[in-house]
Amino acid sequence: MDWFPLYNSIRIAAVSTVLVFFLGIFAAHAIAKAPRLVKGALDVVLTLPLVLPPTVVGWLLLLALGPRRPLGAWILETFGLRLTMTWSSAVFASVAVSFPLMYRTARGAFESFDSTLAQAGRTLGLGNFYIFWRIQMPCCRQGILAGTVLAFARALGEYGATSMVAGYTPGRTATVSTTVYQLWRTGQDGLALRWVLVNLGISAAVLLAVNLLERKEGQPWP
Amino acid sequence: MALTVQIQKRYGSFLLDVDFTVENRQVLALLGASGCGKSATLKCVAGTEKPDRGRITLDGRVLFDSASRINLPPQNRRMGFLFQNYALFPHMTVEGNVAVCLKRMETSRRRARVRKLLSLLRLEGLESLYPRQLSGGQQQRVALARILATDPQVLLLDEPFSALDGFLKWRLEQELREILDRFSGPVIWVSHDRGEVYRNCRRVCLLEGGKSAPVADMAELMENPGSVSAARLSGCENYASVCFSQGLLKVPEWGVTLRAAAPWRPGHTVLGLRAASLHPAKPEECNAFSCRVIRVVEDVVSIFAALYPDGGDSQAPPLWMELPKSVWAALPDRTRLLVAVRPEDLMLLKQEEIPCTKPQF
Repeated sequence: MDWFPLYNSIRIAAVSTVLVFFLGIFAAHAIAKAPRLVKGALDVVLTLPLVLPPTVVGWLLLLALGPRRPLGAWILETFGLRLTMTWSSAVFASVAVSFPLMYRTARGAFESFDSTLAQAGRTLGLGNFYIFWRIQMPCCRQGILAGTVLAFARALGEYGATSMVAGYTPGRTATVSTTVYQLWRTGQDGLALRWVLVNLGISAAVLLAVNLLERKEGQPWP
Repeated sequence: MALTVQIQKRYGSFLLDVDFTVENRQVLALLGASGCGKSATLKCVAGTEKPDRGRITLDGRVLFDSASRINLPPQNRRMGFLFQNYALFPHMTVEGNVAVCLKRMETSRRRARVRKLLSLLRLEGLESLYPRQLSGGQQQRVALARILATDPQVLLLDEPFSALDGFLKWRLEQELREILDRFSGPVIWVSHDRGEVYRNCRRVCLLEGGKSAPVADMAELMENPGSVSAARLSGCENYASVCFSQGLLKVPEWGVTLRAAAPWRPGHTVLGLRAASLHPAKPEECNAFSCRVIRVVEDVVSIFAALYPDGGDSQAPPLWMELPKSVWAALPDRTRLLVAVRPEDLMLLKQEEIPCTKPQF
């Protein structure tokens, strides 16, 4: 059995989770401070990929990144990089669909953060960078961790947008989810079942991790 | 050398307009009902909120000046801010909280400093506990240690005892006093509790509806409040409008005519009378009048009796009298009483309109 799809899935999910972690936190932090009208508008735009069908997200991504589209063509010409049908194209798809999960949970966590702690930090002479990363983030870690795990799980299971943007090329862009579809389509039920079992194993492990994290959260600091 | 605050800030229809000075080694009480702008004033002084206009200086150093667009960040103001809920960092130990602003200091000096502060505030042995494992009083001491570690030039105390219960409060108040006595800069003590500030502050600035009154001497203000709002904050229970005729005060609501020690001044149209200055009287006593007792409320150490003066207006609120329990129990008739008030206990007050200040910008 060729393990490439598993390796590729994890690689894509890991890279996109790292990106989404910082993008989501940045967006949540920036929007928490925005005026109400801007907040409402940006909130809709940033959450849209969560409710749109993944195929629509994929189509929109192709519209932006396709080699015959202005942006995609310019990058291909200038840097010699192809943004579609490579393993890294799948990262775009995963980032787009998992971003709202991170953004929303992080924003909820930031909104429930007691702002007098930040004020106290400022009167004590602490810098804003320190206050954000060493006081606000640890206080919000439950929401942040939950968002990260959800984003990772969503990226790992991504199918619709990925299949459109990265396609299915065995040994190059194949992921676990696209492989299961391909094996079913070509009638290789035995092999498909193995990948289904792998998928079940991964999902169970993620859920177990979430539960373990939650149990730890109930205990006093740290 | 002092902290001078002259600021205005608009919050919707509420205008904060305060003006006061606190000298070094002085504890100024900022006294007012809740929602009158006490906490907002502290935040503006600390720099976590920006006033619309005005000026804040500390020993001549400008911290805020709207005219020359100076607004130092809180980090550079050196204000020790004791928050109402103490705002300890929940994920740091006691030691971590106290050392948090000393992170640039070299390790051995930092350790010594933290140890010294912990022993000053009697927190030894609690170094590795987290805030949620501490009692309210211990949390307050940790917050104080953390503030003192920054070597502040001013202390800002925001309702320091509102989160504690009565028994703890008394002891902690004495401990806080000891620390304040050793502090060389100005201190602002925000509170709505007149007893607390009376015990701990010599000077007081009343805040009402966002507007500050001139800074006054605490004992003088409590004895002779001058205005209805000041009298309310000083704990005076009874009020009635008065008119002045032939050297005597006529109180139509109570149906009595009284002799006051202080001369009448124009504009002072309200009589304030503390429940504790009313007392059972002998018939020939000055300022005596007879009353019916309509209700009795038993407090911890005293009795509050609601009285209706015989010639009084039945629509007016009752007159409250406070007596020690033993005096009350010794009264022969507890349904009808002859009571009196000494001329010097009558407080003539100005009924000020709440100033409708228009923003000047």
